[in-house]
Amino acid sequence: MIKLTVNGENHQWDGDPSLPLLWYLRDESGLTGTKYGCGQALCGACTVHVGGQAVRSCITAMEDVADQKVVTIEGLHPSGEHPVQKAWRELQVPQCGYCQTGQIMQAAALLSDNPKPTDHQIREQMAGNICRCGCYNRIEAAIRLASTGV
Amino acid sequence: MLHAFPHAASSPAIENVSRRHILKGAAAAGSLVLAAPLAHAATAPTYKTGAGDMPHGVVIDPNLFVSIAPDGTVTIVAHRSEMGTGVRTSLPMALADELDADWARVKVVQAEGNEPKYGNQDTDGSRSTRHYLVPMRQMGAAARTMLEQAAAQSWNVKPEEVKASNHEIVHAASGRRIGYGALAAAAAKLPVPKIETLRLKDESEFRYIGKGVPIVDLHDITTGKARYGADVRLTDMKYAVLVRPPVVGGKLVSFDSKDALAVPGVEQVVEAQGWPWASKFQPLGGVAVIARNTGAAIKGRDALKVVWDDGANAKYDSDAYRAELEDSVRKPAPVVRDEGDADAALKAADKVITGEYYLPHLAHVSMEPPAATANVTDTAAEIWAPVQSPGGTRDDVAKTLGLPPEAVKINVTLLGGGFGRKSKCDYAIEAALLSRKLKAPVRVQWTREDDIHHDFYHTVSAERIEAGIEKSGKVTAWRHRSAAPTFMSTFEPGAKTESKLELAMGFVDVPFAIPNIRCENPDAAAHTRIGWFRAVSNIPHAFAVQSMVAEIAHALGRDPKDMLLEMIGPPRIVDIAKSVKDYWNNGEPLDAYPIDAGRLRRVAEHVADKAEWGRKLPARHGLGIAVHRSFVSYIATVVEVAVDEKGGISVPRVDTAIDCGTYINPERIRSQMEGAAIMGLSLVKSGEITFKNGRVQQSNFDDYPVARIDESPSVTNVHIMPGENRPPSGVGEPGVPPFAPALCNAIFAATGKRIRRLPIGNQLA
Repeated sequence: MIKLTVNGENHQWDGDPSLPLLWYLRDESGLTGTKYGCGQALCGACTVHVGGQAVRSCITAMEDVADQKVVTIEGLHPSGEHPVQKAWRELQVPQCGYCQTGQIMQAAALLSDNPKPTDHQIREQMAGNICRCGCYNRIEAAIRLASTGV
Repeated sequence: MLHAFPHAASSPAIENVSRRHILKGAAAAGSLVLAAPLAHAATAPTYKTGAGDMPHGVVIDPNLFVSIAPDGTVTIVAHRSEMGTGVRTSLPMALADELDADWARVKVVQAEGNEPKYGNQDTDGSRSTRHYLVPMRQMGAAARTMLEQAAAQSWNVKPEEVKASNHEIVHAASGRRIGYGALAAAAAKLPVPKIETLRLKDESEFRYIGKGVPIVDLHDITTGKARYGADVRLTDMKYAVLVRPPVVGGKLVSFDSKDALAVPGVEQVVEAQGWPWASKFQPLGGVAVIARNTGAAIKGRDALKVVWDDGANAKYDSDAYRAELEDSVRKPAPVVRDEGDADAALKAADKVITGEYYLPHLAHVSMEPPAATANVTDTAAEIWAPVQSPGGTRDDVAKTLGLPPEAVKINVTLLGGGFGRKSKCDYAIEAALLSRKLKAPVRVQWTREDDIHHDFYHTVSAERIEAGIEKSGKVTAWRHRSAAPTFMSTFEPGAKTESKLELAMGFVDVPFAIPNIRCENPDAAAHTRIGWFRAVSNIPHAFAVQSMVAEIAHALGRDPKDMLLEMIGPPRIVDIAKSVKDYWNNGEPLDAYPIDAGRLRRVAEHVADKAEWGRKLPARHGLGIAVHRSFVSYIATVVEVAVDEKGGISVPRVDTAIDCGTYINPERIRSQMEGAAIMGLSLVKSGEITFKNGRVQQSNFDDYPVARIDESPSVTNVHIMPGENRPPSGVGEPGVPPFAPALCNAIFAATGKRIRRLPIGNQLA
C-alpha cells in the first residue's frame, strides 16, 4: 500500500506500484487538471510538484511518491490566485490552454526557487514545457510579471 | 433546455461535467423565447459571404443562440469549436455588442454537434468570423429590438423613444430604466423582427467588437478546471488504448494478448474494427487494450504481440518519393493556369532564374493528442470529444453505428489544439465502436506516438519556379510547377492531382503583374493519409513563391522588398476569374473578397516600415520579408535572424502585419500571429515526418521536435491594419505561410546561404 498526500489530502494506492503518477491523478483520482502530452518527460504538460519540486508525473512511478506531498494545479492555490495564475490571466497567456497547467506549475516552482529570475533563466527553466500554440512570449512576460508582483 | 434537442442516449452519471453549464431552459417562465426563428437569411447587410454554401448553411435564430434569465443573465451559444483561436469568446462578443449586454453578465455555453439546428459548425478554413460576424450581430440586434419594444409598451411610449444601454432599456425623456431580466418575459411574447428591419450598430457604437475582452475560459484554464477531450469521466468508464496498423492500408493478421492480460489493471483485449484505405475518417482498426486506467492500458499495449499485413503502401519511402516528386516538376505537366506564353517568354528571356523547393510531410502534434469518450447503447450514442467538426462527427458516428443522426449526441469539449487534425473524427468513431462492443462507457486515449504514427499528414511537396527576366530587369515569365499528394486522396481512393482548393492556395492565384504566367500540376499519388494542416497548401506554395522573389532580387542586385512590390505591381483588383477557370476563392464571392493587390502591397509596405526595413544589423544578422494572401486575408512578415558560427539560428525579432478586414478581438489576433511565428519556426527548423517501409520514422517530441521557449523570437510585433468596414477574413491560419520564406530570406541575407529544402536541419552547419 502506497500512501501519499495530494493537495493536502491523504491518498492510498494498492494497485501497480509502477503506475505513473499522471494516470493515478487523472484516472484514479479525477484530478484532470494535470495533462498528458508525451508520456516521456519531453513536453512538461504533466508537471506537478512533489515535495515542492516540479516533476513530470508521466514518468514518476507511484512507488517513487510514497510518503510524499504531491501538489497539482488544483491545489496550487485555493482560489486560483497564485501570483503565476494571476499574471497568466493579466497577460492573457493561453490560447488552447491545454499545456498551461503544466506551464504554470513549472513557473511556480521556478519562482519558488528563484524569485527574481533573469530572462535567460526563465527561458532555460521553461524549455522543457512545450506550447504548440506558441504562447512563449507571453509565458516569459507573465513570469517576469509574477516575479515583480502582480 | 436551451439545447432543446431530444437527448436520446441514456446518459450514465457524469462525474465531473460542470453543472453550471447546464442551463435552466429557455422555455422556463421569464426567459426570452423568440416566437419564430428568423430562418435562413441573407447573412449581411452590405456584403455576401460563402456561409450559405457551406453544408447546412447559416441558421439565424435568436431563440437558439441567446436567452435571458429573470436575473438578467444572458446566455449565448457558441456553436464553433474552441481550439485556441478565441472563437468561443469572439462570436458571442459580437452578439452581446448588438444586444448592448454587460459582458460581466454574459455566459457562454457550447452547442452540441447538430448542424440542422445550428447551421454549419466546421471550425476550420479560418472562416468562423467571416461567416458569423453579421449573423451573430443580427441575432443580438433582434433580441435588443424586442427588449426595446417591450419596454416601450410597458411605458406606453414610442419604441423610437427608448434605447438599450448596458443591460437596460432607458427612456431618456422620463429618466425611466428597466433591466433586461425584468423585460425578458414580455419581450418573448413579441413577434420576431424581420432581418431587413433591424438596425445594426454603426462602427462608432461598438463596445466589444474591435476592442476585445479576455477569453471566457481564462480562469478555468489557469486553474485546471477547463475540460478537454480526456477530462470527462463517466461512471464505470473503461480506459482504452489501441495499437493500429503501422502502414496505412495494412490489416491485422493475428494477435497474442497473454502478456498484455497479465499486466495489473488490464481487463480485456479486443479487436478494433478498421476500414480499408481510403475511407474518409474511418478508423484504421487494430487491437484495443481495455484497462482500469490509461497507464495500465498503455503498459498492456506494450506487452501485446501483433502480426500485420502491411498492404500496398509498405514500400512508401520518403527519400524515393522526394526524388519522384522532384523529377515530376522538371517535366511539363497538366496546365492549371495559362496566361500569355510563358514557355516562349522563358526562351526569349535575357536571364532565367530557377528555384526548386521541397517541403516534407508534417504532423499536427497538438498538445492534446486525440481522445474521445463514448457511451453507446443499442439505440443511441453520446460522445464527448474535442472535434473541429461537431456536425460531421455526428454524421460519421451515426453512419458507422447504423443509427439515425438524431440518436447521436456530440458534446464538444475544449480542444487542446486542433490545427486541422481534429477535423477528422476517427478517434471519436473508435470510442463509439468500443463502447458498443463492451456495452460500457469507454474513453479512448491516443498516446503521442499514436498521434505521430497515425496522423492525417500535411502533404509533401516539390515546387519548381522558373522566372524569365528581360534585359531591362523586368520579370516577363513565370512558370511554376507544384507536385504534392492531395488531401482528396483521403476521400477518393486514387486521387492524385491537387484539388481546386489546394491549387488556389497561393499557386494559381499568384497575384503578380507578370504578362506570361503558367502553372502546372504533375500527378502525385498518396501513400498515406493526407489531411489539412493549419494553412494547408499555402505553406509550400508561399515558401516557393516568396523565396523565388528574393532569389530574383538577389540575381538582379535589387532590394528584396522593392522587388516584391514591383512584382505585385500597382494597386488593382486582380482579375483572377479571367485567369483561372473555376477559381476557388476560399469559398467566398470574389466581389466581396477580391484579390486586391493594393491591400497586399499595403501590408508589405506597412510591415517594412514598422520593422524598419533596411536598418543596420550586427554581423551574421539578416532581415527577410514575405507577403501572402490566404483565407482571404493579407499578411506580411519581416523576420530578423541571427545565425551563429555553427549554423545555429535565433530570431531576435518578428514583425507581422495583418489585414483581416473588420475584426472582433484584436488581442486574439495578436496571439494567433505570435503563435503562427512559433509554428512557422518549428516547420523551418525541424518539422519533418519521413516514411520508411511505409512506416513513420518519428515517434515523439525527441525525434519530431517543435519550437521551445528558448528558441522563440525575443520580440514578436503584430500590426493590425484598420478594418475600414471591410468584410472580415481569416486569422487562425494565414499567419503561418509567410513566416518560413521570410525567415529563409533572412538567413540568406545573413549568410548568403539559400535554404530551398525544409526543414533546415543541419544545412547551415
